[in-house]
Amino acid sequence: MARIVIVGNGMVSYKLCEKLVEKNSSASITVIGEEPRPAYDRVHLSAYFEDENADKLTMAPKDWYNGNGINLITSEKVSQINREEQYVTTHTNAKYEYDYLVLATGSSAFVPPIKGVEKKGVFVYRTIEDLEMMMAYGKKASSAAVLGGGLLGLEAAKAAIDMNLKTSVVEFAPRLMPRQIDEEGGLLLKNKMEDLGIDILLGKATSNIEGEEEMTGMAFSDGTSLDVDMLIISAGIRPRDELGKEAGLEVAERGGFVVNSLMQTSDEKIFAVGECASYENMIYGLVAPGYDMAEVVAEQIANDNKEYTFTGCDMSTKLKLIGVDVASFGDPFCDNIPHYPISINDKKNGIYKRINVDLEGKKLLGGILIGDADDYNMLHQMFINEMALPPHPQDLIIKSSGEEGGAGMGVDALPDTAQVCSCENVSKGDICCSIKDDGVTDINGIKAATKAGTGCGGCLPMVNNILEDTLASMGTVVRKEICEHFPYTRQEMFDLIKVNEIKSYTELLEKYGSGGGCETCKPLVGSLLASIWNDLILKESTIQDTNDRFLANIQKGGSYSVVPRIPGGEITPDKLIVIGEVAKEFDLYTKITGGQRIDLFGARLNDLPLIWERLVDAGFESGHAYGKSLRTVKSCVGSTWCRFGLHDSVGFAIEVENRYKGLRSPHKLKGGVSGCIRECAEARGKDFGIIATEKGWNLYVGGNGGANPKHAVLLAGDIDKETVIKYLDRYLMFYIKTAEPLQRTAPWQEKLEGGIDYLKQVICEDSLGIGEQLENDMKILIAHYTCEWKAAINDPEMRKRFTHFSNDDSHDPTQKFKRERGQRFPVAW
Amino acid sequence: MTFEHNTLDQVTTWVKAGHVSDFPEDGGSSILYKDQQIAVFNFTTINKWFATQNLCPHKKQMILARGIIGTQGEEQTPKVACPYHKKTFSLETGENLNGCEDSITTFPIKIEDDTVFVGLVEEK
Repeated sequence: MARIVIVGNGMVSYKLCEKLVEKNSSASITVIGEEPRPAYDRVHLSAYFEDENADKLTMAPKDWYNGNGINLITSEKVSQINREEQYVTTHTNAKYEYDYLVLATGSSAFVPPIKGVEKKGVFVYRTIEDLEMMMAYGKKASSAAVLGGGLLGLEAAKAAIDMNLKTSVVEFAPRLMPRQIDEEGGLLLKNKMEDLGIDILLGKATSNIEGEEEMTGMAFSDGTSLDVDMLIISAGIRPRDELGKEAGLEVAERGGFVVNSLMQTSDEKIFAVGECASYENMIYGLVAPGYDMAEVVAEQIANDNKEYTFTGCDMSTKLKLIGVDVASFGDPFCDNIPHYPISINDKKNGIYKRINVDLEGKKLLGGILIGDADDYNMLHQMFINEMALPPHPQDLIIKSSGEEGGAGMGVDALPDTAQVCSCENVSKGDICCSIKDDGVTDINGIKAATKAGTGCGGCLPMVNNILEDTLASMGTVVRKEICEHFPYTRQEMFDLIKVNEIKSYTELLEKYGSGGGCETCKPLVGSLLASIWNDLILKESTIQDTNDRFLANIQKGGSYSVVPRIPGGEITPDKLIVIGEVAKEFDLYTKITGGQRIDLFGARLNDLPLIWERLVDAGFESGHAYGKSLRTVKSCVGSTWCRFGLHDSVGFAIEVENRYKGLRSPHKLKGGVSGCIRECAEARGKDFGIIATEKGWNLYVGGNGGANPKHAVLLAGDIDKETVIKYLDRYLMFYIKTAEPLQRTAPWQEKLEGGIDYLKQVICEDSLGIGEQLENDMKILIAHYTCEWKAAINDPEMRKRFTHFSNDDSHDPTQKFKRERGQRFPVAW
Repeated sequence: MTFEHNTLDQVTTWVKAGHVSDFPEDGGSSILYKDQQIAVFNFTTINKWFATQNLCPHKKQMILARGIIGTQGEEQTPKVACPYHKKTFSLETGENLNGCEDSITTFPIKIEDDTVFVGLVEEK
């Protein structure tokens, strides 16, 4: 059993332990750290100011180390390495033998050699202990200066502000964050910091820290000075490499143990990871590269794998500095690379964005975002994956009005290999897998399964987009709860009702809901109950919208309109006469509808059963014009009469309309059948359109008129009638099961990831293996069809409901009509 | 004759609205008293009865009795939604809950021996 000794107990050290445990390494592990507590999250150190709760920052408690058989030794400093005999000794003279030694000693704050730096009131910003000392001292101070205007310096400035101190930031360079952002960006950031009450002093070299025992101010080389009670030094980091010098390990010029791509130091038994390692003369002061290094070492120790190597790391970063978004990626400056910069500088809203595009306009080289870094994830991915740019790269940073999210491209454009979470090195493919294969459906599930988003959290918006996108591509509707009474999506409600054989709204509310329901969930459940059981909707009529409650369409003045079914628009003269007679008797306004039927307006509630008695007697059935259900299947005259017609479109339309009549769906459904390509039935403007071809029929799906007209798209071509019916059964049932409330087929189809190609797979190739089930579900619905009006007029209890007053037989006396063009009109409201 | 008041102690007339079975469960129906239309709601789920004016103040239609009833928020305020444009009104206070329409009048209501009575204020 190999003995591993890890020196240092920071974030990277912890990550190495975690990876070794995950990889089931049999090694015996000893971690020796000089700090008194187990590893904690230094990235979010300033959060300690908010609640002084060190536990929240802890990566893992001592129990975790014990539970995994790791020997954690805290408050113990390794003072010597004996390379010959392979052991280390600590300051208490304890001795630990190793087969492999991992140096994860991290870095300390760089303290520049300024006169007076030893005075009281001068601090570094590095550990929880540093913070505790600062806070204690800050209680008697009224002002603080931060030396260093880099990333960490501005974090420290936030800490000082949180301590209610008048705060100044002193930077040697002529701008803030000189390594990450350019001049214009720096200027904007300076303005933002000043708005927050932080003084920014640029181009200042500190020559002396003044005061006696306690500091009282700073003097600068230009002769100016600053009166200040305390100083927080955040001028960079210095690798903790002192152990190596004595032991004769090679140390880089600017500090740090020199390592190769396997993280081996000049002694192959000794690795170095994190901020104490110098790879190709570079110290990586971010956590993500450190984690990557830990993976390289863990692979060697646990799996003897020397193929996985460290090859440097992208230093892109995004963070919120005192509430201001700051991000940079790739090469933010491109000082020596030919490029076109594209930038916007919106001083009014405090937003600066710059992207660097190569001369051919094909690739992103880097960029800077300040004030609004929403596009960071997408831009960063485009950079890393060398994705092709859109024709107008400026669209990437300029949001056109009314459009959400700039970057013009969706997460679906990302390759599976794209690294989404750089802290934990999780790719888009890993996330998609956890959703598709492991059935994860929410962010927390993804965090648990892949660790994505558990580091800095910056990738979470993108992870969420991938989640929604992937769920949608699977035909799953992204969680949209119905209303306050039911914490479920429409699809979940569908399953609840079906699996538990729920037959009424009241039962569902009792078992799965809360409160007294509302005008949103009641009709929705009514529709679902009808879609699943095709039971009479009149049984629980008060959950229905007024149209479904009274089986007619409410119009101005409280009267209703009546639409008898005329399948395919074909009607006998005798039936036409009956409609005419009924209209005359009840003084109804008549109009031909767009769906080839006749609408009778102005019927009073009390008259509805009388009108329908006459219509049902003549062989009419309900036209369901009032319901979210199949309306009409429009047809052209077809081959029977038309010299161009290829097949009998009217006959087919009648067959299809009769098949699906009464079918309740998330929204209304319309169909059309045309006898040839001239398309006189306008079938492609319907939810489903069937058009005759020489060889059979083309089936189109997902069209509609209305505010956003859409042509239906081809689902299958040149198929016979039986196949048309089979595919339609599957298509409609799939829609009914998975659409959102009041979503018509066109938007539903558009939101299905993979669109029509995916639909073709599900419907025609049965890729989900649900074809037969969908057909059977449809069969059950068809078998349960009854004409609602026939049932209503034959049931005295149901008939009783069709009165305006429960204590009087009269019509609503406030209804007012007038006559125009020979018919009765309602008076305008 | 006016019906502006709606508190219990001001009621001068208890009008018989009908038998409890005249009003559908978890729904409403209107009654006619002289020339006044009153919507009566039988809110079975929360075991309460309510009476309001039948006129929706939005488009001045005699329609509220045909609306869907429900509850809103943590206080479970009972409400009715007008069938025309889904304006919702508290069944307790008459207040428009999703807009700035005028409030509707609400009336005291009581059940005695399965008979529903609505309390009105009539000028002598």
